[in-house]
Amino acid sequence: MAEKMATRQAYGSTLAALGAKDENIVVLDADLSGSTMTKVFAKEFPERFFNVGIAEQNLYGIATGMALSGKTVFASTFAIFAAGRAFEIIRNSIGYTRANVKICATHAGVTVGEDGGSHQAIEDMALMRTIPGMTVINPSDGVSAGKLIEKAAAMHGPVYVRLGRAAVPIVYDEETKFEIGKAVTLREGSDYTIIATGIMVNEALNAADVLEKQGLSIRVIDMHTIKPVDEETIAKAAKETKGIVTAEEHTVIGGLGSCVAEVLAKKHPAPVEFIGIQDVFGQSGKPDELMKAYNLTADDIVLAVERLKNR
Amino acid sequence: MAMDYQALRKKANDIRIGIIKSVYSAGSGHPGGSLSAADILTVLYFKEMNIDPENPRMPGRDKFVLSKGHASPGIYSTLAERGFFPKEELLTFRKMGSKLQGHPDMKKVPGIEMSTGSLGQGFSAAVGMALANKLDKDPGRVYVLMGDGELQEGMVWEAFMSAAHFKLDNLTVIIDWNGLQIDGKNDDVMSVTPIDEKLKGFRWEVMTIDGHDLEEINYAFEKARECKGKPFAIIAKTVKGKGVSFMENESGWHGKAPNKEQFEQALAELEKLGGEL
Repeated sequence: MAEKMATRQAYGSTLAALGAKDENIVVLDADLSGSTMTKVFAKEFPERFFNVGIAEQNLYGIATGMALSGKTVFASTFAIFAAGRAFEIIRNSIGYTRANVKICATHAGVTVGEDGGSHQAIEDMALMRTIPGMTVINPSDGVSAGKLIEKAAAMHGPVYVRLGRAAVPIVYDEETKFEIGKAVTLREGSDYTIIATGIMVNEALNAADVLEKQGLSIRVIDMHTIKPVDEETIAKAAKETKGIVTAEEHTVIGGLGSCVAEVLAKKHPAPVEFIGIQDVFGQSGKPDELMKAYNLTADDIVLAVERLKNR
Repeated sequence: MAMDYQALRKKANDIRIGIIKSVYSAGSGHPGGSLSAADILTVLYFKEMNIDPENPRMPGRDKFVLSKGHASPGIYSTLAERGFFPKEELLTFRKMGSKLQGHPDMKKVPGIEMSTGSLGQGFSAAVGMALANKLDKDPGRVYVLMGDGELQEGMVWEAFMSAAHFKLDNLTVIIDWNGLQIDGKNDDVMSVTPIDEKLKGFRWEVMTIDGHDLEEINYAFEKARECKGKPFAIIAKTVKGKGVSFMENESGWHGKAPNKEQFEQALAELEKLGGEL
Protein backbone atom coordinates (compact mmCIF):
# COMPACT_ATOMS: atom_id res chain seq x y z
CA MET A 1 0.00 0.00 0.00
CA ALA A 2 1.34 3.40 -1.04
CA GLU A 3 2.25 5.97 1.55
CA LYS A 4 -0.55 8.46 2.23
CA MET A 5 -0.63 12.14 3.04
CA ALA A 6 -3.28 14.86 2.87
CA THR A 7 -2.38 17.74 0.55
CA ARG A 8 -3.20 20.16 3.39
CA GLN A 9 -0.52 18.43 5.44
CA ALA A 10 2.02 19.14 2.73
CA TYR A 11 0.79 22.74 2.66
CA GLY A 12 1.47 23.14 6.39
CA SER A 13 5.04 21.92 6.24
CA THR A 14 5.84 23.68 2.96
CA LEU A 15 4.53 26.98 4.32
CA ALA A 16 6.70 26.72 7.41
CA ALA A 17 9.74 25.96 5.24
CA LEU A 18 8.95 28.91 2.96
CA GLY A 19 8.49 31.13 6.00
CA ALA A 20 11.99 30.28 7.20
CA LYS A 21 13.47 31.25 3.84
CA ASP A 22 11.42 34.36 3.13
CA GLU A 23 10.63 36.90 5.82
CA ASN A 24 8.25 38.65 3.49
CA ILE A 25 5.71 35.83 3.75
CA VAL A 26 2.73 36.39 6.04
CA VAL A 27 -0.06 33.93 6.72
CA LEU A 28 -3.69 34.64 7.48
CA ASP A 29 -6.39 32.28 8.65
CA ALA A 30 -10.00 32.52 9.76
CA ASP A 31 -10.18 30.35 12.88
CA LEU A 32 -9.33 27.13 11.06
CA SER A 33 -5.56 27.06 11.45
CA GLY A 34 -5.65 23.63 13.07
CA SER A 35 -7.47 22.22 10.06
CA THR A 36 -5.90 24.19 7.20
CA MET A 37 -2.51 23.41 8.80
CA THR A 38 -1.40 27.04 8.84
CA LYS A 39 -0.85 26.30 12.55
CA VAL A 40 2.57 24.90 11.64
CA PHE A 41 3.64 28.32 10.32
CA ALA A 42 1.85 30.08 13.20
CA LYS A 43 3.86 28.12 15.75
CA GLU A 44 7.18 28.96 14.14
CA PHE A 45 6.48 32.53 13.08
CA PRO A 46 3.77 33.89 15.40
CA GLU A 47 4.63 37.51 14.55
CA ARG A 48 3.83 36.86 10.87
CA PHE A 49 0.63 34.92 11.45
CA PHE A 50 -2.73 36.68 11.76
CA ASN A 51 -5.95 35.00 12.78
CA VAL A 52 -8.83 37.22 11.67
CA GLY A 53 -11.51 35.15 13.33
CA ILE A 54 -14.55 33.71 11.59
CA ALA A 55 -14.71 36.40 8.93
CA GLU A 56 -13.76 35.18 5.47
CA GLN A 57 -14.63 38.38 3.62
CA ASN A 58 -12.33 40.38 5.86
CA LEU A 59 -9.73 37.59 5.60
CA TYR A 60 -9.34 38.24 1.89
CA GLY A 61 -9.74 41.99 2.32
CA ILE A 62 -6.89 42.17 4.81
CA ALA A 63 -4.89 39.78 2.63
CA THR A 64 -5.30 42.26 -0.24
CA GLY A 65 -4.10 45.23 1.81
CA MET A 66 -1.04 43.36 3.07
CA ALA A 67 -0.20 42.14 -0.43
CA LEU A 68 -0.53 45.67 -1.84
CA SER A 69 1.91 46.71 0.90
CA GLY A 70 4.48 44.31 -0.53
CA LYS A 71 3.86 41.13 1.43
CA THR A 72 3.53 37.66 -0.06
CA VAL A 73 0.29 36.62 1.58
CA PHE A 74 -1.01 33.10 2.12
CA ALA A 75 -4.64 33.24 3.26
CA SER A 76 -6.42 30.04 4.14
CA THR A 77 -9.81 28.75 5.07
CA PHE A 78 -12.02 25.95 3.79
CA ALA A 79 -12.65 26.02 0.03
CA ILE A 80 -16.38 26.55 0.50
CA PHE A 81 -15.78 29.78 2.45
CA ALA A 82 -12.89 31.00 0.29
CA ALA A 83 -14.21 30.47 -3.22
CA GLY A 84 -17.84 30.56 -2.11
CA ARG A 85 -18.49 33.08 0.62
CA ALA A 86 -15.62 35.41 -0.26
CA PHE A 87 -15.95 35.11 -4.04
CA GLU A 88 -16.69 38.73 -4.75
CA ILE A 89 -13.92 39.96 -2.46
CA ILE A 90 -11.49 37.63 -4.23
CA ARG A 91 -12.74 38.94 -7.58
CA ASN A 92 -12.81 42.66 -6.84
CA SER A 93 -10.10 43.09 -4.20
CA ILE A 94 -7.56 40.41 -5.11
CA GLY A 95 -8.27 39.73 -8.79
CA TYR A 96 -8.96 43.25 -10.01
CA THR A 97 -5.83 44.62 -8.32
CA ARG A 98 -3.71 41.52 -9.16
CA ALA A 99 -2.73 41.34 -5.51
CA ASN A 100 -0.06 38.85 -4.55
CA VAL A 101 -2.33 36.62 -2.50
CA LYS A 102 -2.15 32.83 -2.43
CA ILE A 103 -5.59 31.53 -1.60
CA CYS A 104 -4.79 28.10 -0.22
CA ALA A 105 -8.19 26.57 0.34
CA THR A 106 -8.42 23.26 2.12
CA HIS A 107 -11.25 20.76 2.63
CA ALA A 108 -12.26 20.90 -1.03
CA GLY A 109 -14.50 18.29 -2.61
CA VAL A 110 -16.67 15.53 -1.19
CA THR A 111 -13.74 13.88 0.60
CA VAL A 112 -14.33 16.44 3.35
CA GLY A 113 -16.52 13.55 4.44
CA GLU A 114 -18.71 13.62 7.52
CA ASP A 115 -19.27 17.40 7.62
CA GLY A 116 -21.63 16.92 4.69
CA GLY A 117 -22.85 18.82 1.67
CA SER A 118 -22.78 22.29 3.23
CA HIS A 119 -19.02 22.03 3.67
CA GLN A 120 -18.04 20.21 0.49
CA ALA A 121 -16.93 22.75 -2.10
CA ILE A 122 -17.56 21.17 -5.48
CA GLU A 123 -17.63 24.36 -7.56
CA ASP A 124 -14.57 26.25 -6.35
CA MET A 125 -12.34 25.68 -9.38
CA ALA A 126 -15.15 26.72 -11.72
CA LEU A 127 -15.64 29.94 -9.78
CA MET A 128 -11.96 30.77 -9.45
CA ARG A 129 -11.07 30.21 -13.07
CA THR A 130 -13.55 32.86 -14.19
CA ILE A 131 -11.46 35.58 -12.53
CA PRO A 132 -9.05 37.23 -15.01
CA GLY A 133 -5.43 36.68 -14.04
CA MET A 134 -6.18 34.04 -11.41
CA THR A 135 -3.98 30.94 -11.49
CA VAL A 136 -5.80 27.81 -10.33
CA ILE A 137 -3.84 24.81 -9.04
CA ASN A 138 -5.21 21.46 -7.86
CA PRO A 139 -2.39 19.19 -6.67
CA SER A 140 -2.82 15.42 -6.68
CA ASP A 141 -0.69 14.39 -3.72
CA GLY A 142 1.55 15.60 -0.93
CA VAL A 143 4.67 15.83 -3.07
CA SER A 144 3.13 17.84 -5.90
CA ALA A 145 1.24 20.03 -3.42
CA GLY A 146 4.47 21.06 -1.70
CA LYS A 147 6.30 21.72 -4.94
CA LEU A 148 3.48 23.61 -6.61
CA ILE A 149 2.96 25.76 -3.53
CA GLU A 150 6.65 26.68 -3.68
CA LYS A 151 6.12 27.69 -7.32
CA ALA A 152 3.04 29.71 -6.36
CA ALA A 153 5.02 31.55 -3.70
CA ALA A 154 7.74 32.35 -6.23
CA MET A 155 5.39 33.91 -8.80
CA HIS A 156 3.76 37.32 -8.38
CA GLY A 157 0.00 37.52 -8.52
CA PRO A 158 -3.10 35.77 -7.26
CA VAL A 159 -3.17 31.98 -7.07
CA TYR A 160 -5.91 29.65 -5.90
CA VAL A 161 -4.59 26.33 -4.57
CA ARG A 162 -7.14 23.59 -3.97
CA LEU A 163 -6.25 21.28 -1.11
CA GLY A 164 -7.93 18.27 0.45
CA ARG A 165 -8.69 17.05 3.93
CA ALA A 166 -8.27 13.32 3.45
CA ALA A 167 -4.97 11.45 3.33
CA VAL A 168 -4.38 10.30 -0.24
CA PRO A 169 -1.68 8.07 -1.76
CA ILE A 170 1.62 9.63 -2.76
CA VAL A 171 1.86 9.55 -6.55
CA TYR A 172 5.20 11.25 -7.17
CA ASP A 173 8.74 10.80 -6.00
CA GLU A 174 10.57 13.78 -4.57
CA GLU A 175 12.67 14.23 -7.69
CA THR A 176 9.73 15.10 -9.96
CA LYS A 177 9.83 18.63 -11.29
CA PHE A 178 6.65 20.69 -11.60
CA GLU A 179 5.83 23.80 -13.55
CA ILE A 180 2.64 25.81 -13.15
CA GLY A 181 0.62 25.46 -16.35
CA LYS A 182 2.48 22.39 -17.57
CA ALA A 183 0.68 19.08 -17.15
CA VAL A 184 2.54 15.95 -16.13
CA THR A 185 2.13 12.93 -18.39
CA LEU A 186 2.42 10.15 -15.85
CA ARG A 187 1.97 7.34 -18.32
CA GLU A 188 2.25 7.29 -22.09
CA GLY A 189 -0.45 5.50 -24.06
CA SER A 190 -1.93 5.38 -27.54
CA ASP A 191 -5.53 4.13 -27.23
CA TYR A 192 -7.25 6.44 -24.75
CA THR A 193 -6.28 9.29 -22.44
CA ILE A 194 -7.36 9.95 -18.88
CA ILE A 195 -6.87 13.57 -17.86
CA ALA A 196 -7.26 13.83 -14.10
CA THR A 197 -6.78 16.53 -11.53
CA GLY A 198 -6.29 16.52 -7.77
CA ILE A 199 -6.93 13.34 -5.89
CA MET A 200 -8.46 11.78 -9.01
CA VAL A 201 -4.97 11.32 -10.48
CA ASN A 202 -4.40 8.30 -8.26
CA GLU A 203 -7.78 6.84 -9.35
CA ALA A 204 -6.75 7.43 -12.97
CA LEU A 205 -3.51 5.47 -12.48
CA ASN A 206 -5.43 2.61 -10.90
CA ALA A 207 -7.93 2.65 -13.76
CA ALA A 208 -5.06 2.59 -16.27
CA ASP A 209 -3.67 -0.54 -14.56
CA VAL A 210 -7.01 -2.31 -15.00
CA LEU A 211 -7.42 -1.18 -18.61
CA GLU A 212 -3.90 -2.18 -19.56
CA LYS A 213 -4.61 -5.70 -18.31
CA GLN A 214 -7.44 -5.65 -20.84
CA GLY A 215 -4.89 -4.86 -23.53
CA LEU A 216 -5.50 -1.14 -23.86
CA SER A 217 -2.73 1.45 -23.97
CA ILE A 218 -3.77 4.31 -21.67
CA ARG A 219 -2.23 7.74 -21.37
CA VAL A 220 -2.57 9.35 -17.93
CA ILE A 221 -2.17 13.08 -17.52
CA ASP A 222 -2.11 15.03 -14.25
CA MET A 223 -3.65 18.41 -15.02
CA HIS A 224 -2.52 20.01 -11.77
CA THR A 225 -3.01 23.50 -13.19
CA ILE A 226 -6.58 24.24 -14.20
CA LYS A 227 -5.68 27.77 -15.23
CA PRO A 228 -3.71 28.48 -17.32
CA VAL A 229 -4.60 25.03 -18.62
CA ASP A 230 -2.03 23.12 -20.68
CA GLU A 231 -3.77 23.35 -24.06
CA GLU A 232 -0.92 21.77 -25.96
CA THR A 233 -0.91 18.57 -23.92
CA ILE A 234 -4.70 18.28 -24.19
CA ALA A 235 -4.70 18.79 -27.97
CA LYS A 236 -1.82 16.34 -28.37
CA ALA A 237 -3.72 13.67 -26.43
CA ALA A 238 -6.76 14.23 -28.62
CA LYS A 239 -4.68 13.82 -31.75
CA GLU A 240 -2.74 10.77 -30.61
CA THR A 241 -5.46 8.78 -28.82
CA LYS A 242 -9.07 7.88 -29.63
CA GLY A 243 -10.83 9.70 -26.85
CA ILE A 244 -10.48 11.35 -23.46
CA VAL A 245 -11.90 10.76 -19.99
CA THR A 246 -11.66 13.69 -17.61
CA ALA A 247 -11.71 12.99 -13.88
CA GLU A 248 -12.20 15.53 -11.10
CA GLU A 249 -13.56 15.63 -7.56
CA HIS A 250 -15.60 18.66 -8.55
CA THR A 251 -18.79 19.42 -10.42
CA VAL A 252 -18.53 18.62 -14.12
CA ILE A 253 -19.94 22.10 -14.72
CA GLY A 254 -17.07 24.51 -15.20
CA GLY A 255 -14.17 22.46 -13.88
CA LEU A 256 -11.50 20.32 -15.52
CA GLY A 257 -13.93 18.59 -17.88
CA SER A 258 -15.20 21.93 -19.12
CA CYS A 259 -11.63 23.21 -19.57
CA VAL A 260 -10.71 20.17 -21.63
CA ALA A 261 -13.89 20.39 -23.72
CA GLU A 262 -13.25 24.08 -24.39
CA VAL A 263 -9.72 23.34 -25.60
CA LEU A 264 -10.85 20.42 -27.76
CA ALA A 265 -13.69 22.40 -29.33
CA LYS A 266 -11.13 25.00 -30.42
CA LYS A 267 -8.16 22.80 -31.31
CA HIS A 268 -9.05 19.20 -31.99
CA PRO A 269 -12.63 17.94 -31.43
CA ALA A 270 -12.64 14.50 -29.82
CA PRO A 271 -15.07 12.37 -27.76
CA VAL A 272 -14.93 13.07 -24.03
CA GLU A 273 -16.45 11.34 -21.01
CA PHE A 274 -16.75 13.40 -17.86
CA ILE A 275 -16.09 11.85 -14.45
CA GLY A 276 -17.05 14.26 -11.71
CA ILE A 277 -19.95 15.33 -9.57
CA GLN A 278 -23.03 15.41 -11.75
CA ASP A 279 -24.81 18.61 -10.70
CA VAL A 280 -25.74 17.47 -7.18
CA PHE A 281 -24.69 18.45 -3.67
CA GLY A 282 -22.58 16.19 -1.46
CA GLN A 283 -23.61 14.53 1.80
CA SER A 284 -22.15 13.08 4.99
CA GLY A 285 -20.17 9.86 4.81
CA LYS A 286 -16.66 8.49 4.83
CA PRO A 287 -14.47 9.80 2.02
CA ASP A 288 -14.23 6.42 0.28
CA GLU A 289 -17.98 5.85 0.60
CA LEU A 290 -18.58 9.26 -0.97
CA MET A 291 -16.12 8.61 -3.78
CA LYS A 292 -18.16 5.50 -4.61
CA ALA A 293 -21.52 7.25 -4.17
CA TYR A 294 -20.56 10.00 -6.64
CA ASN A 295 -18.90 7.63 -9.12
CA LEU A 296 -15.42 9.00 -8.58
CA THR A 297 -13.45 5.74 -8.39
CA ALA A 298 -11.01 3.95 -10.67
CA ASP A 299 -13.86 1.56 -11.56
CA ASP A 300 -15.95 4.48 -12.76
CA ILE A 301 -13.09 5.68 -14.94
CA VAL A 302 -12.78 2.17 -16.41
CA LEU A 303 -16.50 2.26 -17.25
CA ALA A 304 -16.07 5.67 -18.84
CA VAL A 305 -13.36 4.29 -21.13
CA GLU A 306 -15.76 1.46 -22.03
CA ARG A 307 -18.33 4.08 -22.98
CA LEU A 308 -15.75 5.83 -25.13
CA LYS A 309 -15.01 2.58 -26.93
CA ASN A 310 -18.68 2.24 -27.81
CA ARG A 311 -19.07 5.76 -29.13
CA MET B 1 1.65 71.34 2.38
CA ALA B 2 1.40 74.55 4.31
CA MET B 3 -1.84 76.26 3.36
CA ASP B 4 -3.98 78.54 5.47
CA TYR B 5 -7.63 77.76 5.92
CA GLN B 6 -8.74 80.40 3.46
CA ALA B 7 -6.56 78.79 0.77
CA LEU B 8 -7.89 75.37 1.76
CA ARG B 9 -11.48 76.59 1.41
CA LYS B 10 -10.64 77.84 -2.05
CA LYS B 11 -9.07 74.48 -2.85
CA ALA B 12 -12.17 72.61 -1.65
CA ASN B 13 -14.24 74.78 -3.94
CA ASP B 14 -11.93 74.04 -6.86
CA ILE B 15 -12.29 70.33 -6.11
CA ARG B 16 -16.07 70.73 -6.22
CA ILE B 17 -15.82 72.47 -9.59
CA GLY B 18 -13.75 69.53 -10.88
CA ILE B 19 -16.40 67.13 -9.59
CA ILE B 20 -19.20 68.91 -11.41
CA LYS B 21 -17.18 69.24 -14.62
CA SER B 22 -16.15 65.59 -14.70
CA VAL B 23 -19.62 64.25 -13.94
CA TYR B 24 -21.20 66.55 -16.52
CA SER B 25 -18.60 65.54 -19.09
CA ALA B 26 -19.23 61.85 -18.39
CA GLY B 27 -23.01 62.21 -18.43
CA SER B 28 -23.11 59.96 -15.37
CA GLY B 29 -21.39 59.43 -12.02
CA HIS B 30 -21.92 60.27 -8.39
CA PRO B 31 -21.86 63.97 -7.55
CA GLY B 32 -23.78 63.92 -4.23
CA GLY B 33 -21.36 61.87 -2.15
CA SER B 34 -18.36 63.43 -3.87
CA LEU B 35 -19.44 66.96 -2.96
CA SER B 36 -20.17 65.92 0.65
CA ALA B 37 -16.61 64.56 0.96
CA ALA B 38 -14.76 67.45 -0.72
CA ASP B 39 -13.78 69.23 2.48
CA ILE B 40 -12.50 66.04 4.11
CA LEU B 41 -10.47 65.22 0.99
CA THR B 42 -9.07 68.75 0.94
CA VAL B 43 -7.71 68.55 4.47
CA LEU B 44 -6.31 65.07 3.85
CA TYR B 45 -4.49 65.90 0.62
CA PHE B 46 -3.46 69.50 1.29
CA LYS B 47 -2.65 69.40 4.99
CA GLU B 48 -2.71 66.03 6.69
CA MET B 49 -1.11 63.36 4.57
CA ASN B 50 2.56 62.77 3.83
CA ILE B 51 2.41 62.16 0.07
CA ASP B 52 4.35 63.13 -3.02
CA PRO B 53 2.60 63.53 -6.39
CA GLU B 54 5.99 63.17 -8.09
CA ASN B 55 6.50 59.83 -6.36
CA PRO B 56 3.08 58.29 -5.75
CA ARG B 57 4.62 55.04 -4.42
CA MET B 58 7.03 56.81 -2.06
CA PRO B 59 8.07 54.43 0.74
CA GLY B 60 6.77 55.43 4.16
CA ARG B 61 3.98 57.55 2.68
CA ASP B 62 0.53 57.90 4.16
CA LYS B 63 -2.18 56.05 2.25
CA PHE B 64 -5.75 56.95 1.52
CA VAL B 65 -8.40 54.43 0.53
CA LEU B 66 -11.72 55.62 -0.84
CA SER B 67 -13.88 52.78 0.41
CA LYS B 68 -16.97 54.57 -0.91
CA GLY B 69 -15.51 54.16 -4.39
CA HIS B 70 -18.50 55.71 -6.13
CA ALA B 71 -17.22 59.08 -4.90
CA SER B 72 -14.54 58.73 -7.58
CA PRO B 73 -15.17 62.24 -8.98
CA GLY B 74 -14.20 63.53 -5.53
CA ILE B 75 -10.88 61.70 -5.34
CA TYR B 76 -10.04 62.26 -9.02
CA SER B 77 -10.62 65.99 -8.70
CA THR B 78 -8.55 66.05 -5.49
CA LEU B 79 -5.66 64.10 -7.04
CA ALA B 80 -5.71 66.37 -10.09
CA GLU B 81 -5.66 69.49 -7.89
CA ARG B 82 -2.77 67.97 -5.93
CA GLY B 83 -0.80 67.37 -9.13
CA PHE B 84 -1.02 63.60 -9.54
CA PHE B 85 -2.28 64.06 -13.11
CA PRO B 86 -3.40 67.00 -15.29
CA LYS B 87 -6.77 68.52 -14.48
CA GLU B 88 -7.84 68.26 -18.14
CA GLU B 89 -7.99 64.50 -17.69
CA LEU B 90 -11.02 64.94 -15.44
CA LEU B 91 -13.03 65.44 -18.63
CA THR B 92 -12.20 61.86 -19.69
CA PHE B 93 -13.99 60.47 -16.63
CA ARG B 94 -15.94 57.28 -17.43
CA LYS B 95 -15.00 57.41 -21.10
CA MET B 96 -13.50 54.56 -23.15
CA GLY B 97 -9.77 54.30 -22.63
CA SER B 98 -9.66 56.74 -19.72
CA LYS B 99 -7.64 55.98 -16.64
CA LEU B 100 -10.51 57.54 -14.71
CA GLN B 101 -12.83 54.54 -14.51
CA GLY B 102 -16.33 54.84 -13.07
CA HIS B 103 -14.89 53.49 -9.83
CA PRO B 104 -11.18 53.92 -8.97
CA ASP B 105 -8.71 51.45 -10.48
CA MET B 106 -5.35 51.51 -8.69
CA LYS B 107 -3.63 49.95 -11.70
CA LYS B 108 -4.53 52.97 -13.81
CA VAL B 109 -4.49 56.08 -11.61
CA PRO B 110 -1.39 57.40 -9.85
CA GLY B 111 -2.23 58.08 -6.22
CA ILE B 112 -5.02 55.52 -5.97
CA GLU B 113 -3.91 52.95 -3.40
CA MET B 114 -6.75 50.46 -3.77
CA SER B 115 -9.37 49.69 -6.39
CA THR B 116 -12.75 50.20 -4.82
CA GLY B 117 -16.40 50.45 -5.69
CA SER B 118 -17.81 47.30 -4.16
CA LEU B 119 -18.66 48.69 -0.73
CA GLY B 120 -16.83 47.48 2.36
CA GLN B 121 -13.82 46.12 0.51
CA GLY B 122 -11.65 49.23 0.59
CA PHE B 123 -11.90 49.45 4.36
CA SER B 124 -10.90 45.83 4.78
CA ALA B 125 -7.88 46.27 2.50
CA ALA B 126 -6.93 49.38 4.47
CA VAL B 127 -6.91 47.28 7.64
CA GLY B 128 -4.43 45.02 5.84
CA MET B 129 -2.29 48.01 4.86
CA ALA B 130 -2.25 49.31 8.44
CA LEU B 131 -1.39 45.84 9.71
CA ALA B 132 1.48 45.53 7.21
CA ASN B 133 2.78 48.94 8.32
CA LYS B 134 2.75 47.82 11.94
CA LEU B 135 4.66 44.67 11.02
CA ASP B 136 7.21 46.63 9.02
CA LYS B 137 7.41 49.49 11.54
CA ASP B 138 6.50 51.74 8.62
CA PRO B 139 5.55 55.21 9.92
CA GLY B 140 2.90 55.70 7.21
CA ARG B 141 -0.66 56.19 8.38
CA VAL B 142 -3.70 54.80 6.61
CA TYR B 143 -6.88 56.83 6.06
CA VAL B 144 -10.20 55.45 4.86
CA LEU B 145 -13.25 57.35 3.72
CA MET B 146 -16.48 55.42 4.06
CA GLY B 147 -20.08 56.19 3.33
CA ASP B 148 -22.72 56.00 6.03
CA GLY B 149 -24.80 53.70 3.83
CA GLU B 150 -21.69 51.57 3.42
CA LEU B 151 -21.96 50.69 7.10
CA GLN B 152 -24.86 48.45 6.12
CA GLU B 153 -22.41 45.99 4.55
CA GLY B 154 -21.68 43.13 6.94
CA MET B 155 -18.03 42.94 5.94
CA VAL B 156 -17.49 46.42 7.37
CA TRP B 157 -18.11 45.12 10.89
CA GLU B 158 -15.65 42.30 10.41
CA ALA B 159 -13.12 44.97 9.52
CA PHE B 160 -14.02 47.25 12.46
CA MET B 161 -13.65 44.28 14.82
CA SER B 162 -10.27 43.27 13.42
CA ALA B 163 -8.76 46.77 13.39
CA ALA B 164 -9.46 47.15 17.11
CA HIS B 165 -8.24 43.63 17.82
CA PHE B 166 -4.94 44.35 16.07
CA LYS B 167 -4.72 47.73 17.87
CA LEU B 168 -4.25 49.64 14.62
CA ASP B 169 -3.69 53.16 15.93
CA ASN B 170 -2.16 54.00 12.54
CA LEU B 171 -5.60 53.65 10.96
CA THR B 172 -8.18 56.44 10.76
CA VAL B 173 -11.64 55.98 9.31
CA ILE B 174 -13.73 58.95 8.29
CA ILE B 175 -17.42 58.30 7.87
CA ASP B 176 -19.07 60.71 5.46
CA TRP B 177 -22.36 60.89 7.31
CA ASN B 178 -24.61 62.65 4.84
CA GLY B 179 -27.61 60.59 5.89
CA LEU B 180 -28.69 59.63 2.37
CA GLN B 181 -28.26 56.64 0.10
CA ILE B 182 -29.61 55.63 -3.29
CA ASP B 183 -33.12 54.73 -2.16
CA GLY B 184 -33.51 57.62 0.29
CA LYS B 185 -32.64 58.35 3.91
CA ASN B 186 -30.42 55.84 5.73
CA ASP B 187 -32.95 55.90 8.53
CA ASP B 188 -35.74 54.82 6.18
CA VAL B 189 -33.76 52.26 4.18
CA MET B 190 -31.83 50.60 6.99
CA SER B 191 -30.91 52.48 10.10
CA VAL B 192 -27.21 52.69 10.86
CA THR B 193 -27.53 54.82 13.99
CA PRO B 194 -26.25 55.12 16.62
CA ILE B 195 -22.92 55.03 14.80
CA ASP B 196 -20.81 56.42 17.63
CA GLU B 197 -22.04 53.92 20.20
CA LYS B 198 -21.65 51.05 17.78
CA LEU B 199 -18.05 52.00 17.05
CA LYS B 200 -17.26 52.55 20.73
CA GLY B 201 -18.70 49.10 21.32
CA PHE B 202 -16.26 47.82 18.72
CA ARG B 203 -13.47 49.40 20.80
CA TRP B 204 -12.73 52.34 18.49
CA GLU B 205 -11.97 55.87 19.58
CA VAL B 206 -14.75 58.01 18.12
CA MET B 207 -15.13 61.72 17.43
CA THR B 208 -18.07 63.44 15.77
CA ILE B 209 -17.41 66.62 13.82
CA ASP B 210 -18.85 68.98 11.23
CA GLY B 211 -17.48 67.46 8.03
CA HIS B 212 -17.50 70.84 6.27
CA ASP B 213 -15.51 72.72 8.92
CA LEU B 214 -11.90 72.45 7.81
CA GLU B 215 -10.51 73.38 11.21
CA GLU B 216 -12.61 70.74 12.92
CA ILE B 217 -11.55 68.15 10.36
CA ASN B 218 -7.92 69.02 10.96
CA TYR B 219 -8.40 68.91 14.72
CA ALA B 220 -9.88 65.40 14.42
CA PHE B 221 -6.84 64.23 12.46
CA GLU B 222 -4.57 65.65 15.16
CA LYS B 223 -6.52 63.71 17.79
CA ALA B 224 -6.30 60.58 15.65
CA ARG B 225 -2.53 60.86 15.53
CA GLU B 226 -2.35 61.27 19.30
CA CYS B 227 -4.56 58.24 19.93
CA LYS B 228 -2.50 55.19 20.94
CA GLY B 229 -3.47 51.55 21.08
CA LYS B 230 -6.72 51.75 19.15
CA PRO B 231 -8.01 52.88 15.77
CA PHE B 232 -9.75 56.21 15.37
CA ALA B 233 -13.10 56.91 13.71
CA ILE B 234 -14.25 60.36 12.68
CA ILE B 235 -17.97 60.68 12.15
CA ALA B 236 -18.16 63.65 9.81
CA LYS B 237 -21.64 65.15 9.59
CA THR B 238 -21.99 66.33 6.04
CA VAL B 239 -24.52 67.52 3.50
CA LYS B 240 -24.91 65.38 0.42
CA GLY B 241 -24.41 67.56 -2.66
CA LYS B 242 -22.75 70.29 -0.54
CA GLY B 243 -22.00 73.48 -2.46
CA VAL B 244 -24.61 73.14 -5.21
CA SER B 245 -27.94 74.45 -3.97
CA PHE B 246 -30.25 72.14 -5.86
CA MET B 247 -28.18 69.03 -5.08
CA GLU B 248 -27.96 69.59 -1.34
CA ASN B 249 -29.73 66.96 0.76
CA GLU B 250 -31.32 65.34 -2.29
CA SER B 251 -30.78 61.57 -2.55
CA GLY B 252 -31.72 61.88 -6.23
CA TRP B 253 -28.25 63.41 -6.81
CA HIS B 254 -26.49 60.31 -5.47
CA GLY B 255 -25.74 58.95 -8.91
CA LYS B 256 -26.92 61.32 -11.61
CA ALA B 257 -25.26 63.85 -13.90
CA PRO B 258 -26.62 67.38 -14.31
CA ASN B 259 -28.09 68.44 -17.66
CA LYS B 260 -26.64 71.47 -19.45
CA GLU B 261 -28.78 73.99 -17.63
CA GLN B 262 -28.14 72.39 -14.24
CA PHE B 263 -24.43 72.17 -15.00
CA GLU B 264 -24.25 75.87 -15.83
CA GLN B 265 -26.12 76.78 -12.67
CA ALA B 266 -23.92 74.53 -10.50
CA LEU B 267 -20.78 75.97 -12.03
CA ALA B 268 -22.03 79.53 -11.61
CA GLU B 269 -22.82 78.91 -7.94
CA LEU B 270 -19.42 77.37 -7.24
CA GLU B 271 -17.53 80.03 -9.20
CA LYS B 272 -19.39 82.75 -7.35
CA LEU B 273 -18.49 81.09 -4.06
CA GLY B 274 -14.88 80.76 -5.19
CA GLY B 275 -14.78 84.42 -6.08
CA GLU B 276 -15.98 85.37 -2.62
CA LEU B 277 -13.29 83.26 -0.91
